[in-house]
Amino acid sequence: MKFKVNNNEVYASTGGRPFDKKKPLIIFVHGSGLTHMTWVLQTRYFAFHGYNALAIDLPGHGLSGGESLKSIEEMADWVAAVIDAVGHKEASLVGHSQGCLVTVECTARYPDKIKTLSLMGGAGAIPMNPQLLSLAENNDPKAVDLMMDWAHGPAGHFGGHPVPGLYHINTGTMLAKSRTIQNTLGVDFRACDNYKNGFEAAKKIKCPTLSILATDDKMCPVKEGKKLAALIDGSQVDIIDNCGHMMLLEEADRVLTVLKKFITTNYPLLSS
Amino acid sequence: MSDKKKELKPNTYKFDTLSLHAGYQPHKNAGSRQVPIYQTTSYLFDDVDHAAALFNLERGGHIYSRISNPTVGVLEERVASLEGGTAALATSSGMSAIFLAVMTLCEAGDHLVVSSQLYGGTVNLFRLTLPKFGIKCTFVKPRDTEGFKKAIQKNTKGIFGELVGNPGNEIMNMPEIAKIAHEAGIPLMVDATYQTPYLCKPFEHGADIVIHSLTKWMAGHGSSMAGILVEGGKFDWMQNDKFPTMTKPYEGYHGLSFAEEFGPTAFTMKARAEGMRDFGPCLSPQNAWNVLQGIETLSVRMKKHCYNAEEMVKYLMNHESVAWVSHPSVPDHPDHELAKKLLPNGRGSMIAFGIKGGKEAGVAFINNVKLASHLANVGDTRTLVIHPASGTHSQMDEATLKFAGLSHDMIRLSVGIEDIEDIKNDFEVGFRAARKPRLVSNQ
Repeated sequence: MKFKVNNNEVYASTGGRPFDKKKPLIIFVHGSGLTHMTWVLQTRYFAFHGYNALAIDLPGHGLSGGESLKSIEEMADWVAAVIDAVGHKEASLVGHSQGCLVTVECTARYPDKIKTLSLMGGAGAIPMNPQLLSLAENNDPKAVDLMMDWAHGPAGHFGGHPVPGLYHINTGTMLAKSRTIQNTLGVDFRACDNYKNGFEAAKKIKCPTLSILATDDKMCPVKEGKKLAALIDGSQVDIIDNCGHMMLLEEADRVLTVLKKFITTNYPLLSS
Repeated sequence: MSDKKKELKPNTYKFDTLSLHAGYQPHKNAGSRQVPIYQTTSYLFDDVDHAAALFNLERGGHIYSRISNPTVGVLEERVASLEGGTAALATSSGMSAIFLAVMTLCEAGDHLVVSSQLYGGTVNLFRLTLPKFGIKCTFVKPRDTEGFKKAIQKNTKGIFGELVGNPGNEIMNMPEIAKIAHEAGIPLMVDATYQTPYLCKPFEHGADIVIHSLTKWMAGHGSSMAGILVEGGKFDWMQNDKFPTMTKPYEGYHGLSFAEEFGPTAFTMKARAEGMRDFGPCLSPQNAWNVLQGIETLSVRMKKHCYNAEEMVKYLMNHESVAWVSHPSVPDHPDHELAKKLLPNGRGSMIAFGIKGGKEAGVAFINNVKLASHLANVGDTRTLVIHPASGTHSQMDEATLKFAGLSHDMIRLSVGIEDIEDIKNDFEVGFRAARKPRLVSNQ
């Protein structure tokens, strides 16, 4: 579906079901340089099971208009504005990688709006490798190639996509190259590198929180994810073996099972 | 210690490694080092919810082997990885892959621009069979790059061609034709069977959909029929309103918009969800496994194929019984320079040559070679020969033969990986037999 935030058109996948204001809202926030399509194996399930699942394209990404937002704080405010724009008062947030920084900051800033928080491959800070940052800011496709290398675990490098016939690394590469690299990945990486408030924001979070981490995640290692989770009261942690940073695709079924249990328990359909 | 910072390099697996490993994770298959053959029609659902989730594409997984199968899935991922594609869909043959690609793209009333130099069966599909479905085609000679542009109509939905035409070895200027297609907002589909991804990766030159008959060089062993279509993932289906079944909520699949939901894999998802469901040209798991065995040695075999082919080109060019030789490695081949650009790892192992003495000599040659096999296939590890005018293209009338660039003296040679001297010795026997009728008639 399309709607407007700050006068710019926003695209969000609704997981194959029409948006219905009466249903509880889950917003999925993608990682650096990526799009709503990374969530296809989570959103469609929730959409077919009574929720409004909105996998958004951040401004300047995927099918959304506008320019990429330059800071995690701006993105956090923008996600809160999405909730208003679609006519809801509250939502559950699900973030991946950079999307975790955004959703942590958003939850800390808007505690009344956010009912649950699910983090995948999250950390309190994501400092960027200077060479990688420079490549992305200079529109070098090598930045995408490096990101796809680091983002997939050893098993994911071989393939084994849960959807028959799809090949992880090339699909991710095409997603990240679907818009101009310096305007998406470059801006996102800089925003991640500049963001320093993750640990402080985490301390303010009071809603039920889930962290899904992966043993072979090179971009946000388990120890970093645990450090963040430890600052959030009552945070649940689930660790997936033999999996890299792209756990939402590499181990989509496992992620969905854990997420389904967490959201249906803490943000049940009755709460709408 | 050096002050120079180490340059970052992606450590994704390279071609030879992917040929052996891509698409398969032993730890999810009882530790089996070899890919298991899932000889089954169907798959247990955990519960009713799981079943519904699979049918609604909420989860990945297998339902019924007409739609997907784990062994076939390994093959699909492996070929996608080797081609640099986002996704692939394997089929029962190369022809069914072409048909599925067309039917995923087109509907009645649509039009395609097609290279005229194609395998005879493909010519018949485009010329005679697709019009029965309301899909019309305009044929253009592969070297007539501007002709492709001129042939595009309002209802044209794509351009199709064999990168190196069968059997005349004419090469499409893929980068230029891709530009023409993209300016018109339509995809370029390329049959790259003759090249395999070892010799050329068409996505790097602008193609959007790549098709292979896996029966040929990819498998190599000549034991199994198989085909595949591979998606490049760059084509923007939403740039215009030409592809409503990709971009709008599609009645044919529960109101799904494939382009919005699946982006760089939309074409494959639609081909599988709709095409495999409705047409059902599924690949058997046994044949998928057989093809996988071949792909494991693809680069090793292709190097030998190309070496032997270039040796045969030299041999044929200097032979008194040969009137002409067509192979992109020949310096005066019209596409020699283009071939160097598109096929840097070798120019392939298909040679066409004219035998002095015309049809009669050709028949004598074919009937007398013993090592080379006379059959209707290419890309076997064994050397193969055929006389197209009386074999693969025999269903064409005289005018169509001429348009397809065929002549009665043409012999199509698919060079195998036997010892090169044995192939040459065998050809000497064939040439001697081919000369005999003429020697007799000259006396």
